[in-house]
Amino acid sequence: MPRFRTLALALLVSVGAAMPALAQQTLLNVSYDPTRELYRDYNAAFSKHWQAEGHDAVAVQMSHGGSGAQARTVIDGLDADVVTLALQADIDAIAKATTKIPADWRARLPHNSAPYASTIVFLVRKDNPKGIKDWGDLVKDGVEVITPNPKTSGGARWNYLAAWAYANKAFGNDEAKTKEFVGEIYRHVPVLDTGARGSTTTFVQRGIGDVLLAWENEAFLAIEELGPDQFEIVVPSISILAEPPVALVDGNVDAKGTREVAEAYLNYLYSPEGQTIAAKHFYRPSEPETVTDQALLQRFPDVELVSIDDAQFGGWEKAQPTHFADGGVFDTIFKPAN
Amino acid sequence: MALEAVHMPAADATSASPRAPRPVTTESPLVKWLLTAVALAFLAFFLFLPLVAVFAEAFRNGLDAYFAALVEPDALAAIWLTLIVAAISVPLNLVFGLAAAWAIAKHDFKGKSLLLTLIDLPFSVSPVIAGLVFVLLFGAQGYLQPLVAWTGIKIVFAIPGIVLATVFVTLPFVARELIPLMQEQGTGDEEAAVSLGANGWQTFWRVTLPNVKWALLYGVLLCNARAMGEFGAVSVISGKIRGFTNTMPLQIEILYNEYAFSAAFAVSTLLAGLAFVTLGIKAVLEARYAGDIAATGRGRH
Amino acid sequence: MTQALAFKRPSVIPGFGIAFGFTLFYLGAIVLIPLAALILRAAGVGFAEFLTLATDPRVTGALKLSFGASFAAAAINVVFGFLVAWVLVRYDFPGRRLVDAAIDLPFALPTAVAGIALTTLYAPNGWIGSLFTASGPLGFLFGESGLKIAYTPLGIVVALTFVSLPFVVRTVQPVLEEVDIELEQAAATLGANRWQTITRVVLPAIVPALLTGFALALARAVGEYGSVIFIAGNIPYVSEIAPLLIVIRLEEFNYAGATAVAAMMLGISFIMLLVINLIQAWSRRRFGHGA
Repeated sequence: MPRFRTLALALLVSVGAAMPALAQQTLLNVSYDPTRELYRDYNAAFSKHWQAEGHDAVAVQMSHGGSGAQARTVIDGLDADVVTLALQADIDAIAKATTKIPADWRARLPHNSAPYASTIVFLVRKDNPKGIKDWGDLVKDGVEVITPNPKTSGGARWNYLAAWAYANKAFGNDEAKTKEFVGEIYRHVPVLDTGARGSTTTFVQRGIGDVLLAWENEAFLAIEELGPDQFEIVVPSISILAEPPVALVDGNVDAKGTREVAEAYLNYLYSPEGQTIAAKHFYRPSEPETVTDQALLQRFPDVELVSIDDAQFGGWEKAQPTHFADGGVFDTIFKPAN
Repeated sequence: MALEAVHMPAADATSASPRAPRPVTTESPLVKWLLTAVALAFLAFFLFLPLVAVFAEAFRNGLDAYFAALVEPDALAAIWLTLIVAAISVPLNLVFGLAAAWAIAKHDFKGKSLLLTLIDLPFSVSPVIAGLVFVLLFGAQGYLQPLVAWTGIKIVFAIPGIVLATVFVTLPFVARELIPLMQEQGTGDEEAAVSLGANGWQTFWRVTLPNVKWALLYGVLLCNARAMGEFGAVSVISGKIRGFTNTMPLQIEILYNEYAFSAAFAVSTLLAGLAFVTLGIKAVLEARYAGDIAATGRGRH
Repeated sequence: MTQALAFKRPSVIPGFGIAFGFTLFYLGAIVLIPLAALILRAAGVGFAEFLTLATDPRVTGALKLSFGASFAAAAINVVFGFLVAWVLVRYDFPGRRLVDAAIDLPFALPTAVAGIALTTLYAPNGWIGSLFTASGPLGFLFGESGLKIAYTPLGIVVALTFVSLPFVVRTVQPVLEEVDIELEQAAATLGANRWQTITRVVLPAIVPALLTGFALALARAVGEYGSVIFIAGNIPYVSEIAPLLIVIRLEEFNYAGATAVAAMMLGISFIMLLVINLIQAWSRRRFGHGA
């Protein structure tokens, strides 16, 4: 069986060849789904900047997936140097399950470790045939809403919280009415996809639903990529301030000896270049005044934004278990009425 | 039972190809036509049209875009990794399948149904869980983490983990293809060979293997198809590092999520190309065994 | 190996010891140890919570849907898979070899691609789905609102039929190729008509293979996740499959809960498969040659 032996040998060699490539000094950024385009640009810019400062070239590897699933892979041993996830709760989970990230990680970088933010807007079909202007229009008869499942999608939790923020204001802090309103929105959802981009596809490609609840950057991107003449963005009267945080994974960078470059990688996100790249990809920069091309900021409509740290939510530490844990408020929405 | 004699392969010697015209053992042309039409209609709804949809999407942006999607470095890395994983997993499960089938079909022992059920079990485990169990064993919080640390071999989020998960989800294929056929064939041929002085290996190589070649082929083809196409289990254990631990199905998901729909489907068509591999292997085997048929006078089946 | 021989009927065929030993070793290393880890982790929820979980209407609903849809898909595949295998083995028609080669493709296509392709086809604006909408040519057959396939449990059956399609065809095919034509001739000579020959001579010979195919298709369909989530709609209590519940538990970082649902599915599958395999062994003793 000489052929088999050659094959086996070839395999060993190739596996061996792959190993040193992994062992080189590289950075691994474990991120969530919608940041692919952002970090592709940012990584190129950072490598250039790092070399210009007189260091050796650095290659940044990317891993994308659902925010929660990504946090789990880091907990289970994926040696990420930095994590850039959708929710503070996901990084908290890493800090809690391992000792690799200190509990006070949010205080280590400006703006609670969120270099950019986004919000939730509506994507509707051309000319807005159902006349959807604000959250209240979502529960009108015959309106179908497309949003992913908050249980499986980090982004979808922001959708839910944005609706909550509207109702909370509209009903003047009446929790029962707020709950009823948010529940009513989900009863208008015909397809509950597991991820944000799955929902975009359902809305755009399958033609299901009248309105898609989406991250602002995703809505801009969807229009850009999938059809500028078919969809419109509607900005509601009030929405949520979604702050996707970043963090250094101390346990991993110290083991790998990459602390210096990993810290520089995160700090550079707050530089004018980093902020401009974020703005280019439709993320609202945390330090807008430093953006080199101020015209980029004109694209972000003015909207009243409620923070997760607002009293009605009490931060992620409280919002997560209240709304999204097993048996939480979201789970009660779909309970069949007895 | 009259059926006792149904599958004595030794008695096959004179039978010819089943497709030769044979009035008493075939159906009327109308029935034939009807059955073929129904079978093809079923396949059209559940197999061909989905495939057409995949190809239509893949070529939506033209041939140039199609080939550009395939030679992209991350796609190439994913293709290479997929080939490596399949090349390790399939032979392992092939050896297991032969051993299990030999033990189960050619011998009689207590608890056979239980053993068979254990072999079936990996199919019923949800792929996500199939990946997760290896994370539970070898991950940073895993039960066997001390062993991993002691040997220094990276298992999860590296090639060994991907191979383990793939072996797990494809384990039953070869065994489950071989066992029904080998049980159907009984032990007459092997007993005859042994009584004529053949040793175990000779019996296996010269008698059993030729008898089961088609089932073996189907088993390997299914096993390989699934090994290359597996997504759920691998996605849990791969870490999804672009260009390093992304297999083809993971790369396809990434492309799809980047709104690069036609590129995603283009990479998928490579996997659909496995059908042509099947076609080629079958033709080669048929040609190869055509010689044997002439030499031994055995029928095709 | 004396221990192994004690429960085994003596045979002149050698190699049982090594084959059986290797089978057990491999099965233990690849399947049983990992599944033991799963059960161990699931045990972490404790008996009380396990009971709550097992009686939660959402969990039982998802389990019913998963097993029901899988059963339907496997049944469809038994009927049509047998037909396809029969046509491929016994008849000749243009393109037969290509059709034969394409049978394995549902395994090769990543499940997500399969799910997306099927949703493209069976969604209300898809090639097949549009036929069955209220305004489609076939919609009137299903009353005023037509038939919705994608985003309903029906869509789940479609996806599961696709992903488990190769099993029945590929387990029946080799056995059918082995069925001795002479026996059919003998039956015909003895005066049996074609229908009698097929139901009394051919069918009994392939029943074990059909059962194997059914069991495998069922098992595969029960665990399927990737293709189903695209076409199912995923509405809790309506079109939410059990593997999705597992993923939801994982998103909550609740490994114990996830593995508990998985262990429940595993237990049900195990019993089902065992029953099917026992029926098969019985039918082999009854109709085939007592192995």
